[in-house]
Amino acid sequence: MQAYNTQTGIVCPLDRSNVDTDQIIPKQFLKSIKRTGFGVNLFDEWRYLDEGYPGQDNSKRPVNPDFVLNKPQYQGATILLARKNFGCGSSREHAPWALSEYGFRTVIAPSFADIFYNNCFKNGMLPIVLSEEIIDKLFTEVFVNEGYELTTDLERQVVITPDGTEYAFDVDEFRKHCLLNGLDDIGLTLQQSDAIKAYEQKMQQKTPWVFNELV
Amino acid sequence: MAGQTLYDKLWDAHLVSQRDDGSSLIYIDRHLLHEVTSPQAFEGLRLANREPWRLSANVATPDHNVPTVKKERSEGVAGIKDEVSRLQVATLDENCTAFNITEFTINDDRQGIVHVVGPEQGLVLPGMTVVCGDSHTATHGALGCLAHGIGTSEVEHVLATQCLVQSKMKNMLIKVDGKLGTGVTPKDVVLAIIAKIGTAGGTGHAIEFAGDVFSDMSMEGRMTVCNMAIEAGARVGMVAVDKTTIEYVKGRPYAPTGEAWEQAVAYWNTLHTDDDAVFDTVIEMDGSEIAPQVSWGTSPEMVVDVTQAVPTPDMAQDEVQQQAWARAYEYMGLSAGQPITEIAVDRVFIGSCTNSRIEDLRSAASVIKGRTVANNVKEAIVVAGSGQVKKQAEEEGLDKIFTQAGFEWREPGCSMCLAMNADKLQPKEHCASTSNRNFEGRQGNGGRTHLVSPAMAAAAALAGHFVDVREF
Ligand code: SF4
Repeated sequence: MQAYNTQTGIVCPLDRSNVDTDQIIPKQFLKSIKRTGFGVNLFDEWRYLDEGYPGQDNSKRPVNPDFVLNKPQYQGATILLARKNFGCGSSREHAPWALSEYGFRTVIAPSFADIFYNNCFKNGMLPIVLSEEIIDKLFTEVFVNEGYELTTDLERQVVITPDGTEYAFDVDEFRKHCLLNGLDDIGLTLQQSDAIKAYEQKMQQKTPWVFNELV
Repeated sequence: MAGQTLYDKLWDAHLVSQRDDGSSLIYIDRHLLHEVTSPQAFEGLRLANREPWRLSANVATPDHNVPTVKKERSEGVAGIKDEVSRLQVATLDENCTAFNITEFTINDDRQGIVHVVGPEQGLVLPGMTVVCGDSHTATHGALGCLAHGIGTSEVEHVLATQCLVQSKMKNMLIKVDGKLGTGVTPKDVVLAIIAKIGTAGGTGHAIEFAGDVFSDMSMEGRMTVCNMAIEAGARVGMVAVDKTTIEYVKGRPYAPTGEAWEQAVAYWNTLHTDDDAVFDTVIEMDGSEIAPQVSWGTSPEMVVDVTQAVPTPDMAQDEVQQQAWARAYEYMGLSAGQPITEIAVDRVFIGSCTNSRIEDLRSAASVIKGRTVANNVKEAIVVAGSGQVKKQAEEEGLDKIFTQAGFEWREPGCSMCLAMNADKLQPKEHCASTSNRNFEGRQGNGGRTHLVSPAMAAAAALAGHFVDVREF
């Protein structure tokens, strides 16, 4: 997994609340058996004017000029600024895959849906929760300042604006550690194999039916 | 020390280790797999040269992509017309064969929507931790399980380690007392709850549903409610174990028997919240005030009583909600103040992991019996949740009631719930749907979903527009 430390990048404002994962990556693209190839279909229904389907040549599709992702000033953005309850709905990890392949490493919102929030960390992305007031302020800043950039510093847990203002955010220690070091958490868990085996032995006595073979 | 909630008990029973950084390693008893969120996880295992930690924990079945039309279905995987869907189902078969994982394949009579199959087969038992790469895994909490959806990286993590790294959630109690009126179903209860607390109301919480309404409710009804905990923002929804739970589990194919059964029941009977336990958040509602619900917008919280109208902008809590409503009016092609009963329906879908169990089909059939689908309804389909449900319904003659009324009787799968297979809405079509999500495009690009109970969907099919099933 790609490590995340500090990032400076253009901010793309997505001014909608309750953006669900069906919107982030519509279900027809979930038919893929790969982990890649989702970036071009990020926000497909908002981004293009026609209906998308897997395997199509996206460069030939009519784009929706009104959608933020298509506006020239937000090209190359790496930070997505969003509204509350971002990433609600289905558990599809294709959502963070699509965002990250498109180039977003950071999503900033007043709140996230739990599964999406968790899925971000597994993919080298940092979801940052800031208060509604700060988010409102950031939206205003982005709208009036073309090329508006933010810096995020995971080690220090702050978002830094161009004028040097710092906004602190919370992140759980374990996730921070994995993200800073780009660690694969399966490897980390397997270091605790003995504890897992000991647990299984104990439970085989207590709840043997859980361990029945499926015949 | 204060007593424990059901969630606290399940958490403690599955704690493998507590790490210094505050996170915990939680053991997973049952892992359900389907074709959409598993291929990348199996690929990850292969790349890292890893094996499943405990094979017997895993069960798979294809559901999201499988065709529901008899002819296409009869040819098995090879008969799936959509190439990409076919590859995904075939990949699940290949992975399960290669790794030796039990799978109910496409035409096995135990195949079905993974959340219908698990409890039905006794693969999901009270007190288990249950995960699946699907957010509606919350369904299994109805059996007194700690069950939640996970992403694909976690599917791989569970396959490889039988554990998940978790932080404990907060406890939320949703207590609904009183008696439900006639014609008011578990689906209406959960929609009313979501309307009240909002789609982010349960975020960060494990919800326990308690009170008279849930103790009186059947297991299948409890599954309907827990299924939609995720639409209220909570990954976990659950109901304590009681007599209803134990009676439901008894005799299921994979349920324990003999001495193990006695031992299990003794343990399961401890799976309820202690009287003196404290919840972080408590919501109370009166069940007798709940009316049949219909969603009018593009979020499961945009729900009103069938007797009401599409809300007007002045009823919104704030500007953000006003904007969301404005977008929803437009997308749904509705105007503020329009009575719900004036919304005509183009298609009707009875199915999905929320409402495709036998009681759901019985409830819809009892409304339909001897009547016919309205002329303006282009298509009305019933998709049983599993091969077992389908078989049972046919034995009871429900399929005849549906087909005589003009419904199509389909093969089991997710179907029009998310339109990954051929069953989908055309742009602008209104659908009375018993599924759980009404997001933009969920049932097909531009499609307009209205979430309702099976009885309400049946009534809408007959009337051609929404009607109050209590007066029908
Ligand atoms: S029925 Fe619908 S909600 Fe349930 S698992 Fe299938 S697609 Fe998901």
